[in-house]
Amino acid sequence: MAVKVISPGLSTSVQDLGRPGYYHLGIPEGGGMDRFATRIANLLVGNDPGAALLEATFMGPELEFMQDAVVAVTGGELPPKVNGEERPTWESFPVKTGDRLSFGYLKGGARAYIAISGGIDVPVVLGSRTTYVLGALGGFEGRVLKAGDELPIGTGAGTSGKSLPANLRRPQVSPAELRMLPGLYWHRITEAAGKRFFEDTWKVAPEADRIGYRFRGGAPLEFVEREQPFGAGSDPSNIVDACYPYGSIQVPSGTEPIVLHRDAVSGGGYMMVGVVISADMDLIAQLQPHTPAKFAPVTLDQALAARADNAALQARAEEYLAG
Amino acid sequence: MSIRFNFGGDEHIFGEVSEAMSLDSFFIGLSMTNAVKAANIKGVTEICPANASFQIRFNPDLIKPQDLLKELQSMEDAASKSDSVLKTRIIELPVYFQDPWTHETCMRFRERHQDPNSTDLEYSARINGFATIDDFIAAYSGQPWFVSMVGFVAGLPFLYQMVERQKQIQAPKYLRPRTDTPKLTIGHGGCFAAIYSVRGAGGYQMYGVTPAPIYDPTRKVRYLTDEMCLFKPGDIVKFKSVGRDEYDTLLEAIDANTWQPTVHAADFSLTEFNKDMSGTNAKLMELINGR
Repeated sequence: MAVKVISPGLSTSVQDLGRPGYYHLGIPEGGGMDRFATRIANLLVGNDPGAALLEATFMGPELEFMQDAVVAVTGGELPPKVNGEERPTWESFPVKTGDRLSFGYLKGGARAYIAISGGIDVPVVLGSRTTYVLGALGGFEGRVLKAGDELPIGTGAGTSGKSLPANLRRPQVSPAELRMLPGLYWHRITEAAGKRFFEDTWKVAPEADRIGYRFRGGAPLEFVEREQPFGAGSDPSNIVDACYPYGSIQVPSGTEPIVLHRDAVSGGGYMMVGVVISADMDLIAQLQPHTPAKFAPVTLDQALAARADNAALQARAEEYLAG
Repeated sequence: MSIRFNFGGDEHIFGEVSEAMSLDSFFIGLSMTNAVKAANIKGVTEICPANASFQIRFNPDLIKPQDLLKELQSMEDAASKSDSVLKTRIIELPVYFQDPWTHETCMRFRERHQDPNSTDLEYSARINGFATIDDFIAAYSGQPWFVSMVGFVAGLPFLYQMVERQKQIQAPKYLRPRTDTPKLTIGHGGCFAAIYSVRGAGGYQMYGVTPAPIYDPTRKVRYLTDEMCLFKPGDIVKFKSVGRDEYDTLLEAIDANTWQPTVHAADFSLTEFNKDMSGTNAKLMELINGR
């Protein structure tokens, strides 16, 4: 049983909840960039929350179903249509053999999660079905979808008409506030530069993908003068190549911050000013280019409290769907 | 030496052994990550050694960040005193320097380079005080390199040459990173060589290509069937400079899946290496040269 790709959209790939444990080899965790939306889409169609689904960026694919199934679309507001007729987001609906699933224009957010009952049954590689495009690993042939691909679908037993109300989702606010724990190489920039970094409103640059999100529009960072350590390279933003945490904010040459996301490069030679907290990683997944954003410093305790709040929201949503 | 610990958000602890690169710092980082692995700490999800630092990822729902930090700090003393002895291996890797593919790419991105009027090789040879490119390549492939980190992308090794600091080759990264680097390019940035395991963006100076795959997600390459990635930290690598004809012959054998690199088990002691670098290297190279 399968689903055929008629048109792939802009960048659509198979994702699940990721492939932890191989970062020391440079293989990132991956998985749906918006983990909440990934879990909920799966639960709406009766799948395990970590089943494989499709992540569509900015534009939806067109799919032809070669079997009956239940589908749900969550994340960004990308209106689904069955044979041209609109269907709701965050709600499961039936699709029959021969039906075509397509999408209208994106109305909000950046990435939609398309779950199909039974899950996408591509081979498990290193413990996951997630696509790591840079390393041509996992997913459907290690790449984003192309027209003509036939995606194998597992057996599932979803029911249609299940939905998650808006009060159980996290709202999008503008400008986006990305909370971060200052640290790592924060001491490399001047106090004034650190202050400006939080005061400035940044904008998402066009270079924003699963690897990282680049931001523009704030003042360049001024560095504390020093003699560069041996092996680091001559630019004041250079360090001896080190590991990059997920969510870390590197600032090459002090100009444009890049926040690394689920397909992060695992290390490199640029200083980082800190790390976006785990609770706000999903928010980044739904930022379109040109969206204004601000960085806000928090303490480790505040980061843990935000993580707990997120977990509580997720638990309420999952209880609601189980009930 | 004391490790600078820092929280990377609520899921990572970063430990910087030193700001500057040295094999002594690398070995302390490696001892730390080995100790963390052996301790099998609940909640630890990723253990990543790097050149002169390391990173531990954890699930704060399973272990309190401050508790993990204390546990790491308690390991520091033992790690900095441990014997820097490794049971490792030396791998000989053929490299076609001054190849047409990195040359073409290098010309395509000249405006992003410090010196648009030279090639990466000409520039690097000059700023490191070599009279000719051949002299530069001879130095590059004459002494072995130590894999001090794997990462950036899947299976990419960072290599630190096993020579005195004054003999270390250094080069800046491109002013702005390129959007393209040929697959299996040998590049250089700061004091590190790197082998680009896959085609993609990059900022290192480009000197040549190896015909030998070092990462294979399909696990079909005969020496990459068990592990997708050839290199791990602690491996020793010796580049062997080859010309176009030998490169083409090797490529044919690799395509037929009949070739594999020369690999020999080797013991490495940092103390002995620091006492006598050229002597240690000569012994290591005898292993692959079969003398």
